[in-house]
Amino acid sequence: MSQFLQQVINGLSLGSIYALIALGYTMVYGIIKLINFAHGDIYMLGAYVAFITTTYFGFSFFPAMIASMVVCGILGVLIERIAYKPLRHATRIAALITAIGVSYVLEYTTQYVMGSEVKTYPTLLSNVSFSLGPVTISMQQVYIFTITIVLMIALQLIIKKTKMGRAMRAVSVDEDAAKLMGINVDTTISFTFLLGSSLAGVAGILVGIYYNSIDPLMGMVPGLKAFIAAVFGGIGSVPGAMIGGLFIGIAETMVVAYGSSLYRDAIVYLILILILIIKPDGLLGKNQREKV
Amino acid sequence: MPKQLLNKENIAWLASAIVIFLVCSVLMNAGIINSYYQITLYNICINIILAVSLNLVIGICGQFSLGHAGFMCIGAYSAGIVTKMMPNLGGLFLGLLVGFVISAIVALIVSIPTLRLKGDYLAIATLGFAEIIRIIVQNMKITNGAAGLSGIPRLTTWPLLIIGVVIALVVVCNFTRSAPGRACLSIREDEIASEAMGINTTRYKVIAFVIGAILASMAGALFACNFYVINPTQFTFNRSIDILVMVVFGGMGSMTSSVIAAAAIGILNMILQNFSDIRMIIYGLALVIIMIFKPSGLLGTKEFSFKKLFQKRKGNR
Repeated sequence: MSQFLQQVINGLSLGSIYALIALGYTMVYGIIKLINFAHGDIYMLGAYVAFITTTYFGFSFFPAMIASMVVCGILGVLIERIAYKPLRHATRIAALITAIGVSYVLEYTTQYVMGSEVKTYPTLLSNVSFSLGPVTISMQQVYIFTITIVLMIALQLIIKKTKMGRAMRAVSVDEDAAKLMGINVDTTISFTFLLGSSLAGVAGILVGIYYNSIDPLMGMVPGLKAFIAAVFGGIGSVPGAMIGGLFIGIAETMVVAYGSSLYRDAIVYLILILILIIKPDGLLGKNQREKV
Repeated sequence: MPKQLLNKENIAWLASAIVIFLVCSVLMNAGIINSYYQITLYNICINIILAVSLNLVIGICGQFSLGHAGFMCIGAYSAGIVTKMMPNLGGLFLGLLVGFVISAIVALIVSIPTLRLKGDYLAIATLGFAEIIRIIVQNMKITNGAAGLSGIPRLTTWPLLIIGVVIALVVVCNFTRSAPGRACLSIREDEIASEAMGINTTRYKVIAFVIGAILASMAGALFACNFYVINPTQFTFNRSIDILVMVVFGGMGSMTSSVIAAAAIGILNMILQNFSDIRMIIYGLALVIIMIFKPSGLLGTKEFSFKKLFQKRKGNR
């Protein structure tokens, strides 16, 4: 039982990182119906930005996190403006291929500049751990979980309470109608990318701390898993992304603990296929009827 | 008028295939195409088969699959295992057959639930399936796990490759012009409209998907018997993207352009071999730029055809 609880704790901290990335996917998909394949790489860049600022400029954790958020946010907006905006009314396949292209550019440019070797991450948060009954919790896990929850609540407030959030929701329901109501659609979409990418930046620094190592291709697999988390929770839904992320994180740690670590990725894809077959709208997704 | 099998254009196609075959054989025997260039040439042929088979799924049927590497993996391992036991041509054919059967069954299992999904969901689901195939292969005893198979007899020869390419092209082109092929084209253009016209969309999508999978497994078998060594890391998501890049560069829906793109990228890879990072950056940029300025690919859906060529010449006279 104590091992089970321990795995739940580990799964929660891994899952909250997935949830942070999944938020970016779910918001972007909700608003322009694009699987932003490059999102995983923005998260990788977030890890690198924090690595550079802490190693070379001596930043501590929070300034480095802010730096990652800013750089990733700006980058997300730039990518949207340069690569995705011209394709907003193109076919979905064209947009998806563009996203794959952007992802390649980000990965291999980073590899070219920073080298392909795995870099050891500096210890930014104390890794003291304490026991809580039968389980051991490290301070890092507490930080990861708390930061995720705080950001999630902040995001929910932005989406529900601010004018921009209302514009985002309007655009995701009907772009043309939103335009007619005087909403600046371009700004709104850029703002969505800004939010999603800066959250990915935070996820980047957190994962760097959690795994202690980063490399230029680290974004691909967690990116996909986060997307699967978004699909699981119901794409377009912010609480859904949170639930999906935590679920995927726990499922993955459970498979590693009780099954074989070789199947840790397979379980995630299996979850994806099952959810797509059984309930393609996800747990909290709205059932959308096909319009002709 | 009954359709003649040996009409002017078919003979022209056959003749050009034989000419390409003979020219390359002579060049290889004369040592002008040395073993280094030969690897590139063989790679190009395998990539042509892969690109053409993926183009059937993406370009003709309009279904976005990101899991082609999975079927290639099945073909490669089937052929690898069988030929290690029977290191002769018969073994290769048996291996091909085993690969066809397994990949067809897997494609059916994959496609029946997933092809109900649309566009990007389908892409992710196929990607997931391909990764699952890879992970299973990585954990099986018979496939020797993550270390992969080595010492596969080298049975892929130049005539076999050319035959493979011709088979792939003939199958795909004839399928496109058949009644199911036209049904697939209509699904690509508008799925809802074609459903309204009474086309069983799922059925035709599954047919195209299975044919694509079988051809990919053929390419995988030729790949395995060409490189001695195969391991699961050769069949990741990146391989699927590589194939996708060829299809997209050339033009979705055009087999001519897939062939040209596979050849051009093969040569480009050889030239840029020592700059692999830059190569990937260029690919990424090229994907973005092509999608922004010419979303249908460089050649679009244009096909080279001898029939048009002959008609044009007649017209000029």
